[in-house]
Amino acid sequence: MSVLEIKDLHVSVETEQGTKQILKGVDLTIKQGEIHAVMGPNGSGKSTLAYSIAGHPKYHVESGSVLLDGAEVLDMTVDERARAGLFLAMQYPVEIPGVRMADFLRTAKTALDGEAPALRPWIKEVNEAMKALRMDKAFSERNVNEGFSGGEKKRHEILQLELLKPRFAVLDETDSGLDVDALKIVSEGVNRAHAANDLGVLLITHYTRILRYIKPDFVHVFVDGRVAEEGGPELAERLENEGYDRFLTDEVVA
Amino acid sequence: MTVLTPEQHGAKAHSDGGWDSTAPGYVPVQTRDARFTSVEHDDFPAVKGIENDWKLTPVARIRPLLDDALDGAPYDYTVTEGASVSWIERTDARIGAAGTPEDRGSANAWSSFDQALAITLTGEEHVDIVLTRDSLGTSPRAAHTVITAKPNSRGTVILRSSGDAHLAENVEIVVEEGAALTVVAVQEWSDASTQLSSHFAQVGRNASLKHIVVTLGGSVVRLNPSVHLSGEGAQGDLFGLYFADAGQHFEQRVYLHHQAANTVGRVNYKGALQGEGAHTVWVGDVLIGPQASGTDSYEQNRNLVLSEGTRADSIPNLEIETGDILGAGHASATGRFDDEQLFYLQARGISEAEARRLVVIGFLAEIVQKVGNAELEAHLHAAIEKELAS
Repeated sequence: MSVLEIKDLHVSVETEQGTKQILKGVDLTIKQGEIHAVMGPNGSGKSTLAYSIAGHPKYHVESGSVLLDGAEVLDMTVDERARAGLFLAMQYPVEIPGVRMADFLRTAKTALDGEAPALRPWIKEVNEAMKALRMDKAFSERNVNEGFSGGEKKRHEILQLELLKPRFAVLDETDSGLDVDALKIVSEGVNRAHAANDLGVLLITHYTRILRYIKPDFVHVFVDGRVAEEGGPELAERLENEGYDRFLTDEVVA
Repeated sequence: MTVLTPEQHGAKAHSDGGWDSTAPGYVPVQTRDARFTSVEHDDFPAVKGIENDWKLTPVARIRPLLDDALDGAPYDYTVTEGASVSWIERTDARIGAAGTPEDRGSANAWSSFDQALAITLTGEEHVDIVLTRDSLGTSPRAAHTVITAKPNSRGTVILRSSGDAHLAENVEIVVEEGAALTVVAVQEWSDASTQLSSHFAQVGRNASLKHIVVTLGGSVVRLNPSVHLSGEGAQGDLFGLYFADAGQHFEQRVYLHHQAANTVGRVNYKGALQGEGAHTVWVGDVLIGPQASGTDSYEQNRNLVLSEGTRADSIPNLEIETGDILGAGHASATGRFDDEQLFYLQARGISEAEARRLVVIGFLAEIVQKVGNAELEAHLHAAIEKELAS
């Protein structure tokens, strides 16, 4: 069984005011097939955790470790991490002019598998996955994310999740900006990928609403760059009722 | 209320003449269509290289084209079977119908050519004409080409240039009423070649011209299209694509003149630069004349810098002489790779090298896709791949 272990992770970013510590010792272990929700107020470092795992150059890992089945992820390039089985569904997917979605998906699949997928079954698979996400076929002819609405970009992220079949996926606020119909469609996609590939999920969110559709096994409350509390799904319910105030009070006092 | 005068800002008049110019009878050239024109080489003074029009050009490398006698004899070419192509005399009425030289190189070519090559489109059925010249040779020469799209005709004329050349030339394009013409000029010269080319176009009533400049090879290539939307409802789409390697200078001074009412203009040039001394120049002049009410115009230039030691000049100019327009805008951007685009692709397992390739090809593909000739599009994709690999 695959395991993704985050150990005492410290991460900083350069800002105009100098180096800023964002993650201050994160410990988190995700086993294959588990769904972990990371919840927390804005600015607590949730997205930094997501980008650090994926290897975005803006974030500097000061210390700590991210291990995938014992292999140090932090030593890998961004594309090596993806090929090792990690996936990041981004909060703000970028537009790539001139690159057709169909070509992009096939290029990514080829890079991950080390060989080009057989054309006919691949096209069929893409079409079925798009249909399940209520995406029009015409999307595959469009340039990657170009002119997509916010909801379409999120569906495109989940389409990739289903087609590229990673072992672990970090979903960075995939629920943000979605109306309830789109939220359901996207959640169903995540649940399909989870069931089909025994996917381990790190679901990053500010709100509990997506947890009605994607049931977490564990909930971690993220405050000021570290995990402040952990528990089962009942912790999410408590957050729904109480909000994050309970965790923030200490910080304000300090 | 305080009236602000320029003096209060410490502003000074431009060094090339301004409101405080005291020379009697001094009239600065202000409007794009007020430039001096002549078909006579001698009417233009010697080029020093500091003139506004030449200061970004490596003049020393194109001296023969500016100053020397040019061989104006007809040259060998190949052309699509069945196309209407012939040599015509200097006295033919078609010569001079689209424009008059504005610089010394263009006038030198005009003074020097013996006969002009005329390409004519007449049918309403779309035709593709591919004209290839690949053996112009190493001695400086002049050429003159006249492309005429008769009323309501449809077609694409592709001018493909390769091999060695030191060429000064003028290309005249007349798009008559209701015609739809695409002209694609593809420059894939040898590394030592130089070219000064002026394209003049008149686009008539309800006619459209798609003009595409693709420059991938040569030492110095300066190609200046001047397109006049002279008939009401005329449309001009001016596209360009260039990829400059080490030491190459590719320049395009684009002039789009909205002369008549209700004309639509789009200018979009995209370039990539790679290697020490790669230099590109894009100047985009758009003039919306006093009669051009209802004009809809937009121009942009984007440059992608792929390595150190390159230089991209990008200068949009917009002159508007009537307030009654639909819209006019310009944009210019020169930058390196977008790190976020690379990150996105790499996060999907695509290697950095492949991600860069995808981004550059995607960036330039927007223009390639405008060509509308499958064979040439495939060739250009392959040529860009080759540029990237070198």
